[in-house]
Amino acid sequence: MTLRARAGRTGMMRAGMILPPVLLLALLFLYPLALVVRDSLSPDGAGGGALSTRAYSDVFGEASFRDALLNTIGIAAGATAGTLVLGFVLAFVVAFVPFPGSRALSRFIDVFLAFPSFLITLALLFVYGTVGMANGLWTDVTGASSGPFDFLHTPWGVLLAEVTYFTPFVMRPLLAAFAQTETAQLEAAASLGARPGRIVRQVVLPEALPALAAGGGLVLVLCLNEFGIVLFTGAKGVTTLPTLVYGKAILDGDYTGACVVAVVNVALSAALYGLYRMLLTRTGAHRARPV
Amino acid sequence: MNVRAANVRAMNGGIRNGGIRFDGVTVAYDATVVLDDFDLTVEPGEVMALLGPSGSGKTTALRAVAGFVRPRTGRVLIGGQDVTALPPHRRGIGMVVQQYALFPHMRVEANVAFGLKARKVPRGEIAGRVAEALEMTGMDGFAERYPRELSGGQQQRVAIARALAVRPGVLLLDEPLSALDARLRAGMLTELARLHRELPGLSMLYVTHDQSEALTLADRIAVMDRARLRDCGTPQSLYRAPGSAFTASFVGSANLLAARWCGEDAVELDGGVRIRVRGSGGGEGEATLCIRPHLIGLGEPPGPSGPPSPDVPDMNVLHGAVTGLQWRGASHRVTVSLPPSGAELTAEVRELSSPPALGEKVSVHFAAADAVVLPPGGTP
Ligand SMILES: Nc1ncnc2c1ncn2[C@@H]1O[C@H](COP(=O)(O)OP(=O)(O)O)[C@@H](O)[C@H]1O
Ligand SMILES: [Mg+2]
Repeated sequence: MTLRARAGRTGMMRAGMILPPVLLLALLFLYPLALVVRDSLSPDGAGGGALSTRAYSDVFGEASFRDALLNTIGIAAGATAGTLVLGFVLAFVVAFVPFPGSRALSRFIDVFLAFPSFLITLALLFVYGTVGMANGLWTDVTGASSGPFDFLHTPWGVLLAEVTYFTPFVMRPLLAAFAQTETAQLEAAASLGARPGRIVRQVVLPEALPALAAGGGLVLVLCLNEFGIVLFTGAKGVTTLPTLVYGKAILDGDYTGACVVAVVNVALSAALYGLYRMLLTRTGAHRARPV
Repeated sequence: MNVRAANVRAMNGGIRNGGIRFDGVTVAYDATVVLDDFDLTVEPGEVMALLGPSGSGKTTALRAVAGFVRPRTGRVLIGGQDVTALPPHRRGIGMVVQQYALFPHMRVEANVAFGLKARKVPRGEIAGRVAEALEMTGMDGFAERYPRELSGGQQQRVAIARALAVRPGVLLLDEPLSALDARLRAGMLTELARLHRELPGLSMLYVTHDQSEALTLADRIAVMDRARLRDCGTPQSLYRAPGSAFTASFVGSANLLAARWCGEDAVELDGGVRIRVRGSGGGEGEATLCIRPHLIGLGEPPGPSGPPSPDVPDMNVLHGAVTGLQWRGASHRVTVSLPPSGAELTAEVRELSSPPALGEKVSVHFAAADAVVLPPGGTP
């Protein structure tokens, strides 16, 4: 049973990978997923008994499930939007504004991608935690007994951590795209009378759109399934679908319920990613090649 | 009145404030000076070619006009106005570069309209102005295409249309034809010359390392060498009377021989060969002798009347051995080594029916008026 629960979690964490057309991974993923789906439909014990959707109606009726669902969507959407904006600005500065160390910074971004996510949480705790630097500074300066920063265990804290951690995932493809954008194009635009704002909107942004889309899609799916950051940062304060699966399976021993949430999580990932791609093709329709 | 003539008139009406002036412009990257106290004036309506080898600072000079490099000292004026402190988007110039720099995600018409929108041209005028610019560059009919659906030459035409659409007083071109093959290049040169005729108010600063482009297109040529302006003048004057060996070799081809003054109108080559030169008041010491290959004849010179004579006073006759022979279709290039120094002279003569063999003894001749003495240096 423990094994199967773990299989369910692994399958869920791999949800982000079903989407790129990597057949081999799909195969590795589809079998555990089938097990999870079967278990979610067998409320009277794994494998045995008649199939029933009773577990689904039970789980859907719980307030904690609805909270987790909203948290998951809200945090993932917010973090994606945040990383897109922040990633675009940072990548633009690194690529086009010459400053000493910009190369070193772009190297560091590569390294950053390899960091484990809980490191971010720890760093944020040091800075914004109840006994962290920011609050320490506040209490030192004002003499108050506690500081004003107490958001780490709220969805905002999780959002901040995810934006921090996932921004490099957007920057990486953007930097590659910016490397392709010729400085000559920016200069041509300027000589034609365009101010920097217009150049960014009409030249840089449209040419970076595919990279931005790729980065955003990746971050969206990773955020929907993020476990470590939510567990560390949100602690008991924030539940998302992945942490709910963990709670049900490991803490409550409710394997069927865990499987139900896992199935919902997978379906949500697939649906949101599909919606995202659809939005992209819609907005990118005028760019279609009429060859 | 046909459409083209109307477009030309409309565009001419919009062009004003031509003319560029560099006033002691110095540009440096860290400690390296890449443009050194540069003075040059391009008159309204003039095509000035900046000609020089790679790395001589041509692009830097052009970018100083466009506003992409900030001079360390000196001023840049466009249409009489000091623009040294203005950002590029407020300078009102058109710019065309070697790699086209079209916006790949925009159709041709959007590319050409870009500058018009950026300069807040009234909406109702834009379509007409785009059509006008495309028509002038022969790209009407391609408005709906994306840049990637065009050939290199077509892309460059669009880039020119995009720059002209805003009716700049000054058009900057940085090696605009270098990415095109030889035949397209010749065609585009003709087109640019036509644009120049049709837009007489437009000043062009044309950067190139290719002398044939400069000779074809420019009203005047500014020759650059190692961050400095070497010479400036009409193609003809630079060709007939280059100010330096560097200019002589960069504008047309030239025989450059180390020589020493010996009298008012004569120099001496190494080994004592004496040569009558174009009267210039004479000089002293070392010098460089410059003779254009096509001004050198093979054999004894024809006398003023009757049989050839070496005594024709203004004709130089030298004797040597053939060390090189090239057939070039309409002409032969014959290289002759002159004893005793072994200095070589190349003559470009009409195709020979019976060319000399390598090693054969021949004589060559040229008029004193075609032997120009330059300051020393620049000889092989
Ligand atoms: N951004 C730069 N930083 C440092 N050196 C530069 C820069 N741009 C050009 N240079 C140097 O300035 C010199 C002149 O360059 P450039 O004006 O491009 O020459 P050209 O166009 O005649 O080939 C070259 O030696 C080049 O290496
Ligand atoms: Mg250059």
